[in-house]
Amino acid sequence: MRAPVSWIREYAALPADLSSTDLAARLTALGLKLEALEEAGGDITGPLVIGRVLGFDDEPQKNGKTIRWCQVDVGSANGNGKPQGIVCGASNFEVGDLVVVVLPGGVLPGGFEISARKTYGHVSSGMICSARELGLGDDHDGILVLGPDAGESGDDAFEALHLREDVLEFEINPDRAYALSLRGVARDAALGFDVSFTDPAERSTPAPNDNGYPVVVDAADGCPVFVTRTITGFDASAPTPTWLSRRLQLAGMRPISLAVDVTNYVMLELGQPIHGYDRDRLSGPIRVRRASAGERLRTLDGVDRELSTEDLLITDDTGPIGLAGVMGGETTELSGSTSSVVIEAAYFDPVSVFRTERRHKLPSEASKRFERGVDPRLPEAAADRVVELLVSLGGATVEDGVTKVGEPPAPTRVTMPADLPARLTGMPIDAATAVAHLREVGCEVSLAPAEGAEVLDAVVPSWRPDLTDPFDLVEEVARIVGYDGIPSVLPSAPSGTGLTTTQALRRRVGRTLAGAGFVEVVSFPFVGTAAFDALGLPAGDDRRVSMRIANALSAEQPFMTTTLLPGLLEAAARNGGRGQGDLALFETATVTLPRGGPAAPILPVDRAPTEGEWDDLQKSLPDQPWHLAVVLTGERERSGWWGPGRRATWSDALEAMRAVASALGVELSVRSAGRAPWHPGRCAELSLGDVLVGHAGELHPKVCAAYGLPPRSAAAEVDLDVLLQHATEPVGPRLSSFPVAKTDVALVVPEQVAAADVAASLREGAGELVESVRLFDVYTGEQIGEGRKSLAFSLRLRAPDRTLTEEEVAAARRAAVDLARDRHDAEQRT
Amino acid sequence: MSGPNTDYDPVEVTPLKAEQVEAMREAALTAIAQAGSLDQLKQVRLDHAGDRSPLALANREIRALPPQARKEAGQRVGPARGAVSRALTERQAALEEEHEARILVEEAVDVTLPWDRLPVGARHPVTTLSERIADVFVAMGWEVAEGPVVEAEWLNFDALNLGPDHPARTMQDTFWMDPAENRVVLRTHTSPVQARTMLTRRPPIYVVCPGRVFRTDPYDATHSPVFHQVEGLVVDEGITMAHLKGTLDHFAASMFGDGITTRFRPSYFPFTEPSAEVDLICFVCRGVDSEECRTCRGEGWIEWGGCGVVNPRVLVACGVDPDRYTGFAFGMGIDRTLMFRHGVEDLRDVFEGDVRFTSAFGTEI
Ligand SMILES: [Zn+2]
Repeated sequence: MRAPVSWIREYAALPADLSSTDLAARLTALGLKLEALEEAGGDITGPLVIGRVLGFDDEPQKNGKTIRWCQVDVGSANGNGKPQGIVCGASNFEVGDLVVVVLPGGVLPGGFEISARKTYGHVSSGMICSARELGLGDDHDGILVLGPDAGESGDDAFEALHLREDVLEFEINPDRAYALSLRGVARDAALGFDVSFTDPAERSTPAPNDNGYPVVVDAADGCPVFVTRTITGFDASAPTPTWLSRRLQLAGMRPISLAVDVTNYVMLELGQPIHGYDRDRLSGPIRVRRASAGERLRTLDGVDRELSTEDLLITDDTGPIGLAGVMGGETTELSGSTSSVVIEAAYFDPVSVFRTERRHKLPSEASKRFERGVDPRLPEAAADRVVELLVSLGGATVEDGVTKVGEPPAPTRVTMPADLPARLTGMPIDAATAVAHLREVGCEVSLAPAEGAEVLDAVVPSWRPDLTDPFDLVEEVARIVGYDGIPSVLPSAPSGTGLTTTQALRRRVGRTLAGAGFVEVVSFPFVGTAAFDALGLPAGDDRRVSMRIANALSAEQPFMTTTLLPGLLEAAARNGGRGQGDLALFETATVTLPRGGPAAPILPVDRAPTEGEWDDLQKSLPDQPWHLAVVLTGERERSGWWGPGRRATWSDALEAMRAVASALGVELSVRSAGRAPWHPGRCAELSLGDVLVGHAGELHPKVCAAYGLPPRSAAAEVDLDVLLQHATEPVGPRLSSFPVAKTDVALVVPEQVAAADVAASLREGAGELVESVRLFDVYTGEQIGEGRKSLAFSLRLRAPDRTLTEEEVAAARRAAVDLARDRHDAEQRT
Repeated sequence: MSGPNTDYDPVEVTPLKAEQVEAMREAALTAIAQAGSLDQLKQVRLDHAGDRSPLALANREIRALPPQARKEAGQRVGPARGAVSRALTERQAALEEEHEARILVEEAVDVTLPWDRLPVGARHPVTTLSERIADVFVAMGWEVAEGPVVEAEWLNFDALNLGPDHPARTMQDTFWMDPAENRVVLRTHTSPVQARTMLTRRPPIYVVCPGRVFRTDPYDATHSPVFHQVEGLVVDEGITMAHLKGTLDHFAASMFGDGITTRFRPSYFPFTEPSAEVDLICFVCRGVDSEECRTCRGEGWIEWGGCGVVNPRVLVACGVDPDRYTGFAFGMGIDRTLMFRHGVEDLRDVFEGDVRFTSAFGTEI
């Protein structure tokens, strides 16, 4: 909403010395948030005066142009009273016309300084201005010719053209519909400075009668009030006066024609959208009804629209002529030949207008106001104001018929304890203050004694449909008292229990990985089929079952992702493209796993959901477990002056998962697996007991290629929720002070035997004396034989209560080797 | 002069004469002083203090002297040997010291050689900032609440007093899960977590909810369809806007330093009434001579978020007795806070995963 300050001042008796900045600050504090303070015309410096063209000579030039050498009377503005000689390139004016002249020394927008200069063989002492040069619109076809009543030669043109004006632009919140009018802005300005307010809507209007243009309202729920007035003998060629067009322009609307300009002006002034119909193009009575199925309307923007049966229509005998409160139709549009106008001022149901506007994607100045709620008592006054302006400016005559169908709804009444403002805001607001401020916003207020606090009863003004609850009234009182007066008091919460275990553990996981050199990534959870294909997920893969977003921003990524890998691999590729190829990235986030639940219920809001309703609501939502994923590319340890580095391998992905597991006090069991997007021979399945946790390993070469990652990049993804659920608290170990016995075992096993299984067997075989089993070498070669490999383990054995004898160590070692031999066809290498 | 001296004639024993003992001592001390290395000293030790050194031999000869002469000779030879032994020890220590010092000098390296062999990890600043914010409130006894991002329409809108035709539903354009008739959305704010909290806990409630939210905004330097919010909710007896102001002032000071407070401006949110926008005193210029300040762009204040008294309609839909309890709620953007707190100029940096960005924030914020 753009409000010229002079227009605000017309209704609010603000102090003359009040600056626009201070006015804007006060209104912002009252809830009308300033977007911008524009000093219109501030970039023009005088002398800028009205001139009368006394005569001119058209002088053709060699370049084909014709210039006019003009003699212009600028009164005494030039200091000598003599006609001013000015060269002008335009030819849209006659002798005797009033024009706008900037004299030497003046500056036009853009820092364009005017001086007397020699041009086309004359000394041109100034310039005759076009509308655009003055910042008065886009018209650049010729110079600006003023109406005969604009003023006298030598008059200051700033004043005559209303050039200089401060304009406040507000961002109006949806609850403050009243502030979409000068009437509303001025009311807040007046109460903000405690000065008198003149309501422009307060005018005596003729009583409704049966002589007006006939109107039938079939859909009273959508159109509670419909008022028409009719004018005839309107001069469609009458110009819009400068003051009016300038105000429209400053308020952000383009002047079009007098009749349209007047309807827009009244809308800005009062907040009541007005529609004008060319009466000669109306046939039969106006009928307000809902659209029938299949009905169509060509709206003023030239679009032929299919209507919904919910759309509220204005119709005549020919069919639809307008979408009520949203946009008119072409057939009855005002034109250059219109002489009789039927003026519509109605109150339409906000919800109906909102739905129609949204359905047809047709936001307009009218719908913006109707959907927020227009003052339902306004139509008569607004129509009367339009009549007044069309009569005085367009030479029209008003007919005595006044149609009014329907009545505005009864005013809203809100009662509340008079101490509620104090209790809610924490400010010492007494009942008298609350009453006074509510009266300022237009409420009729009374106080009644009651047990405890007095009861405040407020009849809400018709222009404040937002005030329905006691808390709404509290906000009105509070904003006038001023939010700056709210004291700052820290509430004392009861003792809390800190982070939940899960929350604390999630942090621990992040810290562990960062400590291991991984960098965290936050990516969008959107994904497309292309990503699933790039990962090489087979057709039936569970991760392809994803939830679609109905209105996704990108058609390529319409799904909520089921895996963190696409985002992570893309981030890795992006880094690679930026010259950062040695990467260890991780992400923890939720994924969305559909479970085909029922539709989510829309529950009542006047009570809490029942247990059953709550369960239904939960069931409608997909599973959204937290996942953890990592990706490694390039060097895990960098090469440098110290020697070669170490490229990341499949094992680094596993090690990261083991580090996380270890931080959570769980031990992952590892099995060989084949799952996309991993290398089929280098993929590990990670589990906790019987519970699958995730996978880790080297990425499939095709996946690396698809994402443009270095070969042998590695990745892992696990269900973090499962890991966290199994997390254990550390148990303090009992440290034996007896010496450790170390013994190494080298076993030759078939190549396909998993080292982890052999280690487990050794551990199991050696029994409770085992402190640790660590694989320290893997060897294949001729000495070992085809299809076999040698695994070398070091076993640490220790007893809590004694030094182990050589016999005990040998027995344990033998038992370990025996079990490995039985289970894995292992032979001891000697 | 090998073997026991059978020729018992003390006059014959010349090495035990005083001048001779003195000469041996002098010779030994001179050799010790002249030893330039541990190796040389080793030889000197053999020559002058070894079994066959003159003084050792002289000592051995003492036994051959007659008893009276023994004492006299012993008093000459003993101190001489002692002096040599001490000199050896001292010289040994000095030479060892020199040797070690030289080795240390020889072992010197160029300590300016870079060492970046092991990668340095980092956590995402949105994560660490969320944690830091949560910690401010946890320190006051609040708890951290969470909820799903794919959320029921009713919880995201209706329960929060955003009815089906509320204009606010178009203000924050929503991602709808397909089919839309299933009435499931990507949450447009973290407020449904507040509703969930009220529906699953009894007052008093003091919770803060950081999380990821979604709106159909274009992706540019200041907008993103995915971003992060933190909201706070208090429901208790006798809660007023003063408690809201006190909480946000404390929050501001905790995040931006002592003396940084907030300002409220009336605003509108369906779930709160009265509602306010929260501005923060610029923590860089502190509102003084702000013209040049890039953080607040000359305003002296930074727009931080929204807040208000929980609308009683929300309490009712969430099963809280509005006659007994009042509450307040507030919310702000975590990414936005990150941007102005740390001078991030392009929101897209937050979501691109560029390691240069994340690494700049380390592991805490
Ligand atoms: Zn600043």
